[in-house]
Amino acid sequence: MDLVTEITILALAAFVGFEVISKVPATLHTPLMSQTNAIHGIVLLGGLIVVGYADSTLDEVIGFVAILFGTINIVGGFMVTDRMLEMFGTKKKKKPPATAEPAGAEAAAGEAPGTPAGDSK
Amino acid sequence: MTPLAALDPAGAAVGLLYILAFSLFIYGIKLGTHPTTARRGNGLAALGMAIAVATTLAQKGIGNWGIIIAGIVIGSLIGAFASKRVKMTEMPQMVALYNGLGGGAIALIAWAEYRHWVNGENLSFTGSVPPDVLIPTLLAMVVGSISFWGSNVAFAKLQELIPSQPMGLPGQKLINGALLLVLLAGGVYLGINNDLADLSQPVFIGMLLVAAVLGTMVVMPIGGADMPVVISLLNAFTGLSAAAAGIALDNTALIVGGTLVGSSGTILTLEMATAMNRSVPSVLFAGFGSPVAGAGGDQEQRPHQSMGAQDAAIQLAYADSVVIVPGYGLAVAQAQHAVREMADELEKRGVRVEYAIHPVAGRMPGHMNVLLAEADVPYEKLREMDDINPELPQTDVCVVIGANDVTNPAAKTDESSPIYGMPIIEAGEAQQCLVLKRSMSPGFAGIDNDLFYDPKTSMVFGDAKAIVSEIVQELGKL
Repeated sequence: MDLVTEITILALAAFVGFEVISKVPATLHTPLMSQTNAIHGIVLLGGLIVVGYADSTLDEVIGFVAILFGTINIVGGFMVTDRMLEMFGTKKKKKPPATAEPAGAEAAAGEAPGTPAGDSK
Repeated sequence: MTPLAALDPAGAAVGLLYILAFSLFIYGIKLGTHPTTARRGNGLAALGMAIAVATTLAQKGIGNWGIIIAGIVIGSLIGAFASKRVKMTEMPQMVALYNGLGGGAIALIAWAEYRHWVNGENLSFTGSVPPDVLIPTLLAMVVGSISFWGSNVAFAKLQELIPSQPMGLPGQKLINGALLLVLLAGGVYLGINNDLADLSQPVFIGMLLVAAVLGTMVVMPIGGADMPVVISLLNAFTGLSAAAAGIALDNTALIVGGTLVGSSGTILTLEMATAMNRSVPSVLFAGFGSPVAGAGGDQEQRPHQSMGAQDAAIQLAYADSVVIVPGYGLAVAQAQHAVREMADELEKRGVRVEYAIHPVAGRMPGHMNVLLAEADVPYEKLREMDDINPELPQTDVCVVIGANDVTNPAAKTDESSPIYGMPIIEAGEAQQCLVLKRSMSPGFAGIDNDLFYDPKTSMVFGDAKAIVSEIVQELGKL
């Protein structure tokens, strides 16, 4: 892929990003930030790629730390966002047992869209 | 262009799956525009991420599985554990820390990519690192390193590991400028001498370290009250560094994901700066400590009224409508649950209770909403500033809890005030106003608040949580 194509993608993504994100209400700005933290975990892909051609201990250590950081962002980011949004969704639950059951069902690496129990509407 | 492209025969499939992945990110964020759909949106974004990761793992050339599995397993455990344990009041720290991890990962990836070019066989057939790899790699490394260290400082300040006051050296701006020049010079050097494998490595590492110092130096002088702007800005930076890394690695998912984060961070930075009546450069290059014209000196004691919890309870109980204005003081005192109880108590008596949320009511964008949501306040009752201001004149009682500058009428009336022009919640417009506060001391900006001396205002002194709990008890007795 040539540089101009990549910059085109970047520019279009910026416009889409601005358009969509500017519509997120202030109420949801903190979950938005933790969710974008999680999306930033996409850097994990970079870590996976560079560790593939690591041929020295230093390269392996660099790759390992990058993968570790990226995964923490993804898993931690999506799960904590889910935890927050669950609180926004539970407006009508009549005083359930105070100890909220563990949010969502995300397993490793942020799979599983977490059975959206939030559609209590 | 990069080795990845070369060893990627199933490139089309990968590209298409990446499109699916980032479409899910965008759709997920779009669902995030409403509280009832936001959770599903988050799940879809997570699904997109799983697709992106699985697609990458299925590519040829991915190796060192031991390292990959160890990193993902340990990272998942840490992330899952942290997300369960973190308190909602600690969200700003956590977001700062995650910004830092993301930036750090990018800086490391850029370093590894650069080493690969310089040490690897690529150099032998290209003769040099091509500029369309070198420039984004350097950009990703520098911005990633600045974000990593800057975010760590922000985290340490929020967690109160180091004092949150502005701390700076004399001539800070000159030092920062000089560091920036050194980085530029390093970049130019590597651009010109990009075939000198023996010297380019130390220069690259040197730039990594200079960027680290710069990141630390930029955030160190920024005070606690400016944190919403700083966190948002670092968020934007990490996003941009990821997009740059995506260009260096020819990875569309990284480009789009990084750009989305960058857009989000940029929007929030601008919104926070507007809400605080500050420009982004003024946050970055000057602490709030810059002399505030002595206006806030508590020279003369102006007359004000105060009342106890009992009278406050009576006033509230006989109101028809109450608007609560929570500020960071409420979060510090952990009073959000007590406030919810007070609202419940009032609603039992038929009082309409709503909350007026200023954009910078917490330590990060939207923080107060999360704290109140945690205390089971329904989101419909959380009203944004512009939305509720027109209704305040018809409100019987406005209760200001741990908020100060965001209610200061000087922002609208006094052109000489440092906060002139800052959007405020017009608490003074309500029929009556109760201000729950520890003392008459001016707010963070050191500016006296005329609201406190308004004849319609009564001060209720004490710790926010203690007073609110007392009011709840008094309400029960009525």
